[in-house]
Amino acid sequence: MAILHTVNKSPFERDALKACVRMASKGSSVLMIEDGVYGATKGTTASNMVTDAMKDVNFYVLSADLKARGVDESRLIEGIKVVNYSDFVNLTVENDKVQSWL
Amino acid sequence: MSETKKFLFVNRKAPYGTIYAWESLEVVLISAAFEQDARMAFIDDGVYQIAKGQDTSELGIKNFSPTYNALGDYDINKIYVEKESLEARGLTVDDLLPLTYEDEDDDWAEKDSIKVVSSAELAELMDQSDVILSF
Repeated sequence: MAILHTVNKSPFERDALKACVRMASKGSSVLMIEDGVYGATKGTTASNMVTDAMKDVNFYVLSADLKARGVDESRLIEGIKVVNYSDFVNLTVENDKVQSWL
Repeated sequence: MSETKKFLFVNRKAPYGTIYAWESLEVVLISAAFEQDARMAFIDDGVYQIAKGQDTSELGIKNFSPTYNALGDYDINKIYVEKESLEARGLTVDDLLPLTYEDEDDDWAEKDSIKVVSSAELAELMDQSDVILSF
């Protein structure tokens, strides 16, 4: 049963991403949205956690939320896929369920 | 209105996930209108408020980041950013809006408003303030 996990909180303010990464099983997907997109940037105190998790889990980040926050795609951790709203819908459909880490 | 107080506005939240950043900016501008000595500090996720290149067009909400450029015209030119917060987020001062003001005591020379400071320096700044407002 593949799960799409969404994370909408900054990893520097809340531990939603940390909890998500702990629970996300092999082959599942994590989509970072809203303030969660800060977790996709490299060179931060949270990047190692994400890089480690990427061995087993697919990471995505929502383009509109990156742009709103002025996060250029060049600042993202390598291997995280940038997606738009229709990709978000497809991910929701492709997975069996969605788990929102609030 | 006789007394001028030193106000320190402490900003700790990212810009769009909550309303804190926008509310803070409004109160700062109001305090300037009342000719108070307002300073701003950006720490933790607050540093993201003044990140360069924000474009909210796809979200359908207001991009208020250009408003920070107006602070200099309201004599709000003491803007402190915590070094430790930038470093934890992989950011440098070059990733921030180039906020400036014109110094009337120096032939209106354009000067940088942003000062990157350590936690210790911020602690001192808090000690020296009459009023601290937290957002």
